[in-house]
Amino acid sequence: MGNVYNSLVEIVGAEYVSNQPEETFFYSRDPGLSEPHNPDFVVMPKTTEEVQKIVLLANQEKIPIVPMGGSLTLSGLCIPLKNGIVLDLKRMNHILEINEQSRYALVEAGVSHGVLQSYLNRKHPRLMHSAPDAPPMNTVAGNVAIHGSGHLSQETGFHSEMVQGLEVVLPTGEICYTGSCSVVPKWFARAPLPDLAGLFLGWLGTTGIMTKLSIRLYPKPLKKDVLMFVTENPDYMPDIIYNVTETKMAEDVNLFAQPKPDWAEGFQHTVINITGNSEEEMSFKRRLIRRSLHKYIHNKVGGFMFVLPMIKPGMMEAPMRTLSNFADVEKGGGFEYIGVIIPTENFPILYRDAIQIAEKYRPKWSIMCRVIGRGHSMMFSYAWPFNRADPDDMEMAKKALHESNISGLKSGGVIWKPEVEGQRMMMEAMDPHTLKLLQTIKKTLDPNGIMNPGNWEAK
Amino acid sequence: MEYEDIIHRCFRCGYCKFPEDYHDINCPSYRKFGFETYSPGGRMWLIKAWLNKEINTSNRYGEILYSCATCGNCMEHCVMPFKDDLLNIFEAAKAELVNGGIIPPGVRDYFKAINVNLNPYKEPQDTRSDWVQDAGIEMYSGQEYLFYVGDVGSFDERGKRMARSVAKVLKEAGVSMGILGSEETCDGNEVKVLGEEGLFQFLAEKNITQFNELGIKKIITLDPHAFNVFKKEYPDLGGRFLVWHYSQVLAELARDKKLPLHEFKAKVTYHDPCYLGRHNRVYDEPRRILKAIPGLELVEMSRNRENAYCCGGGGGNFFTDILGMGEDSPSRIRVREALDTGADILAVACPVCAKMFEDAVKTEEIEDRLKIMDLAEIIIEARNQ
Repeated sequence: MGNVYNSLVEIVGAEYVSNQPEETFFYSRDPGLSEPHNPDFVVMPKTTEEVQKIVLLANQEKIPIVPMGGSLTLSGLCIPLKNGIVLDLKRMNHILEINEQSRYALVEAGVSHGVLQSYLNRKHPRLMHSAPDAPPMNTVAGNVAIHGSGHLSQETGFHSEMVQGLEVVLPTGEICYTGSCSVVPKWFARAPLPDLAGLFLGWLGTTGIMTKLSIRLYPKPLKKDVLMFVTENPDYMPDIIYNVTETKMAEDVNLFAQPKPDWAEGFQHTVINITGNSEEEMSFKRRLIRRSLHKYIHNKVGGFMFVLPMIKPGMMEAPMRTLSNFADVEKGGGFEYIGVIIPTENFPILYRDAIQIAEKYRPKWSIMCRVIGRGHSMMFSYAWPFNRADPDDMEMAKKALHESNISGLKSGGVIWKPEVEGQRMMMEAMDPHTLKLLQTIKKTLDPNGIMNPGNWEAK
Repeated sequence: MEYEDIIHRCFRCGYCKFPEDYHDINCPSYRKFGFETYSPGGRMWLIKAWLNKEINTSNRYGEILYSCATCGNCMEHCVMPFKDDLLNIFEAAKAELVNGGIIPPGVRDYFKAINVNLNPYKEPQDTRSDWVQDAGIEMYSGQEYLFYVGDVGSFDERGKRMARSVAKVLKEAGVSMGILGSEETCDGNEVKVLGEEGLFQFLAEKNITQFNELGIKKIITLDPHAFNVFKKEYPDLGGRFLVWHYSQVLAELARDKKLPLHEFKAKVTYHDPCYLGRHNRVYDEPRRILKAIPGLELVEMSRNRENAYCCGGGGGNFFTDILGMGEDSPSRIRVREALDTGADILAVACPVCAKMFEDAVKTEEIEDRLKIMDLAEIIIEARNQ
């Protein structure tokens, strides 16, 4: 290992390599409940060429590499299950290009959503990107790698669908490009080429290391507002979502349910964000959305809740700071959630399952959902807080997570950013030919099995 | 350890690393070193690990704790209910290292110097008033205010220049004040945040006793660090004084037309010192002075007020140099940011910041484009033009 350390120092400089207990401890875990595994080294490269050299070294030494962005998936995807090198990519933090006309941002792998958002606000105020609700430190590259979603996903789909091009260091060390940038020096589209970006999106870092990417930007409206519709019967939700999305007037549509405060127990809250460039446009959108849900009001089974003006800015904030507070509801510093991508019509099944799991394991819980692509699917999450200082409580939360995984799959969903257990469950449920293809692609791209091993790994 | 019941509650979400608008990393040590361990969340998790005996005391653990500039950005932007205790937690963890006798050499030397010399410069106390020169300031003998200069203003060449300017301006405006000269003792702010509670208590009690014996009721400080500790820590030890930072006094004098302000044609940006700004919410007074100077154009850096980026000198780093220099050192980043505004002058209100930035502009080779000037120095320069 001494040789590896010296080689890494030669590549990135001594100040950006650590095999010290402080770093091996910290990078062995994430904020969720996955078991820790110590890395042998934590390395912070600055350039694609440095990443390439590290990958070549790892191949030579047969040592695993785990690429890491914000490490905020909560499902342990940056934990080095088989030790090796954790590649903290956050020094690769340059915003390389904002193309105003074709509306894309070309960024390095370590650029965070927070920094990109701030940069656009200051330098390109007519443009925005789709910000996830994860804290601002989460990286654009890390988020697309797990098929993340955000504030514009209701209108435009998963963040991985917004990727226009990638620069990737392959597991064998070649630097490769996908999309238009592989043919011409612009990063404006994936089509009409064979969609090679798909070899790296959703693979959880097992097929290569994204070092640059281009992501779509969108016009930024001047005004925004939020409406909150409340019902007490989850069976209504698919129709509510259908009606709201049919208007094409909503920017973002989220749902949440939680047992506190007491009066909110049993409510399903549909949070509808609208945006526009004039009050006239906003009024028009509000009117159409209200009209789309009129029958629920008329039948006295639903209604628009008055949202206090002081609460609105927090509800429309991206990312939403208050979401992190969920970790402190039991003064325990932790929460983890199982996210499941579901067909919209399956919402009632998962909702009822989640309540049952909550009754069994967790008095405090939260269900949070985002409508994706005008109702093509939903990201449904079962979120469980836990007390990091109480091992018994953590065990109970693990049980709730385990049952959430089972429920998600059984209810017709596909587990999002699955931890190792979720991956195993999905591979067991997967069509065998698909699974074989998945493993063949992995083996072909990564013959030495160095890329984030332990993930997407069939028995 | 104190605060042990809170430490596990950090989720390491990372809001603490940023300013309000996520412009850039705003935690000096995390920005400098890059590893997550050097961030506020990293410290929280490591302290917990240390308490659980999952990691041992080491030089690196010491470096991680002591590279914190105590700038308070984490407290400002953490989204958790325990945010106000973050620096207290780090202080308590450092106190554990002090009590265990395992601290970085720079910190040890700082404590030694203060123990022996009552100042970190190892200078004889009787040279403490050498800075006065032509400032014409008298020893305290019952004047309305004590002008407390502090270690940096008393012994550092850059600090001394600043102390002289402030003293001159205050005196010329008719402020009745005196200094303690060779009888002045370190205020203890840095000693406290570095975790030496015993030495801090000794210094604080010594100062409080002396102030009381001399009948001092009102204090004007040169250094925001002294301003902070006098206001926030001394009362708990029985030291209840009315305390102002000199910028507050100058702002009042300017408002009351008792401070002659001459035309000064310059583009100036102002750096909020952490112990004046985030720690004590004094943001407007220094700006009011600058805005009151005819011809002066005040421009803001993109990170200002509660989002200001620290000079890197806080938390004892001015003396211990654990944050160190290099391209990513806080002071060099900050002077580049100041230069980006198009300003000719970076105005400061803290002798630590003044020294940090003056070194940084030299290293960046921009001293001919960006001058570091204290508020009082600007007032004097305007008069002399």
